[in-house]
Amino acid sequence: MVKRTLTEKLAILADAAKYDASCASSGGERRDSRDGKGLGSSGGSGICHAYAPDGRCISLLKILMTNFCIYDCAYCVNRVSSHVERARFSVEEVVRLTVEFYRRNYIEGLFLSSGIIRSPDETMADMTRIARTLRQQEGFRGYIHLKTIPDAAPELIEEAGRWADRLSINVELPTEQAMQALAPEKSPRTIRRAMADVRARREAAQDKSHAGKRPARFAPAGQSTQMIVGADAATDGQILSNAAQLYGSYKLGRVYYSAFSPIPDASQLLPLIRPPLLREHRLYQADWLMRFYEFSPGEIAPQGGMLDLEVDPKMAWALAHREHFPVDVNRAPREMLLRVPGFGTKSVARMLEARRHRTLRYEDLLRMGCVLRHAQPFITLPGWSRAPGLDDAHLRARFAAKPEQLSLF
Amino acid sequence: MQVITLPLIGTVAAWRAEARRLAQQGVRPEEVLWQRGERAADLFAQATPQGATAPPLTLPREAVAAMEGALCHSDPQRFARAYDIVLRLAQGRLRWGDRSDPALHKLLMQEKAVRRDIHKMHAFVRFREVGAPDAPRRAFAAWFEPDHPITEAATPFFANRFGDMDWIIATPDLTARFECGALRFEETRTEFRPPPDATEDLWRTYFAHIFNPARLMVSAMTSEMPRKYWKNLPEAELIPDLIRTAPARARAMQEAAPTLPHAHVAKLRPKRPE
Repeated sequence: MVKRTLTEKLAILADAAKYDASCASSGGERRDSRDGKGLGSSGGSGICHAYAPDGRCISLLKILMTNFCIYDCAYCVNRVSSHVERARFSVEEVVRLTVEFYRRNYIEGLFLSSGIIRSPDETMADMTRIARTLRQQEGFRGYIHLKTIPDAAPELIEEAGRWADRLSINVELPTEQAMQALAPEKSPRTIRRAMADVRARREAAQDKSHAGKRPARFAPAGQSTQMIVGADAATDGQILSNAAQLYGSYKLGRVYYSAFSPIPDASQLLPLIRPPLLREHRLYQADWLMRFYEFSPGEIAPQGGMLDLEVDPKMAWALAHREHFPVDVNRAPREMLLRVPGFGTKSVARMLEARRHRTLRYEDLLRMGCVLRHAQPFITLPGWSRAPGLDDAHLRARFAAKPEQLSLF
Repeated sequence: MQVITLPLIGTVAAWRAEARRLAQQGVRPEEVLWQRGERAADLFAQATPQGATAPPLTLPREAVAAMEGALCHSDPQRFARAYDIVLRLAQGRLRWGDRSDPALHKLLMQEKAVRRDIHKMHAFVRFREVGAPDAPRRAFAAWFEPDHPITEAATPFFANRFGDMDWIIATPDLTARFECGALRFEETRTEFRPPPDATEDLWRTYFAHIFNPARLMVSAMTSEMPRKYWKNLPEAELIPDLIRTAPARARAMQEAAPTLPHAHVAKLRPKRPE
């Protein structure tokens, strides 16, 4: 085989990495290099350094160490049975790309994933070596996210957590049946055991011993996971209750939803579809409602049900529960204000603050950043009297988008 | 009417000193004309406190931080607005955070615009190497055009991040220089764009290949990376072609018939774990 150039490898191994949705680089440990002895900083809000024409942000150098893989997951561009071109970076190449991109302010750090070569342990050991070299040899203080191999040995995970800010393990598919059919070598049980292990290690790393000694750091920016949406028949209700369980059981920072997207050289098992981008968008909105708006998954979508594609999930809930509205903006408790379409967490905080001093009027809401076009039918307060009836049968039509997937072609 | 000319470098700190002095002398907002310009020398002559006649100004910490942000806006009225707000806050005629006050609402909106501008500067500055790669401290430079005069507020971030290298960030207003760990500012005399850097080709390769043509969403990109920034981003020259060819690339993936795996594949696959 002809030796590939660094540019060729980068092209192949970025192509192989683009189906992972995560690009978060926020939170975790505060570090800087003001002392002049290292490179990089982290710990604030993450920065998106560029946007690709797919609208996704580019925050981290997201690459695979190698796209050679012995697994045969039907949805994956890198599965063993695919005919895509293969490449493998050396440790030094990944380190050099990360540092040189970082010095030019292109990225916040590295998100390294890999196909499984030879064995899970060998793959994980190589990835850990990259993170260690960056930290120890290059004095790199930027962000490192390692995709963990679920079956790797505990001491390798331990070391990965020492160098990385975030670890993640993908649950891949929403249901066990789908895993069996589409990711035959992966076991949901192993994946969950690995996530539980990361949670336990993180908690141990936060406990000071009785002598006050801090244990070794372990993935200070937490763990996340990803689910592919639209490759199997799972409903949104199943996906969201699964996500709620993941947040609860493993203290995940984020669950990412990735619309199953056409890949080069598809598998016969899984015909290509147009990626369900609008569905993915609604799942993120629903996820947001669970994490910041005190909604339970069952309220947003019943177990066997799907999210409404025409209106966002908060609007859908309000339209289906008109008996709770209109909400009196000057008297309603926080949790009810949070349920008003068009009110965000920030604007609700501003309302509560302002309410301590005076009665709110409609004009005040304008300046607090509310989307009043959405809120109008659901609120009552001085200065607002033209409420179009909540009992209006056409209320939904005012907010419904054209019932069509985001158009691609 | 007093004319207060704030220096181009250290504008916000000078405004604070002046506002304190004027407030202590009981000067009303309508008696001051604020401007930003070159006449830094006589400012410090005036800035000497003349003995306190009014109680010292005490403001909530978040008010000070937000006001200093808003003072980096390009609106010429910002100094006068902030002085008026400071006086009303100090006299208890205004409550911090009350957005029903038009002046405070405007100040908070401008602070938000400045914060966004600073965030975009942190994101979109692109360094090019201008020194020898094997020098003890490597040296980089960038040209960047923010919407507001934010250079002094935005560049300490780069000093924290790129502590082991020397760098220059030039903007149409001020130039920040970080050399051997010290950050200083000077007025920008001429536009300075460093020459292209060989690593930019690798970066463009990455940008082109991390893009998924099956998910083309141009407006999602431009809302976060508006076109005004493109001229200083080395990767942006690829965007028109990536957009143009995306639909055909996505269609080709869908229309291609599934292939059969190579014969050796069965041997590579491991057994399903228990």
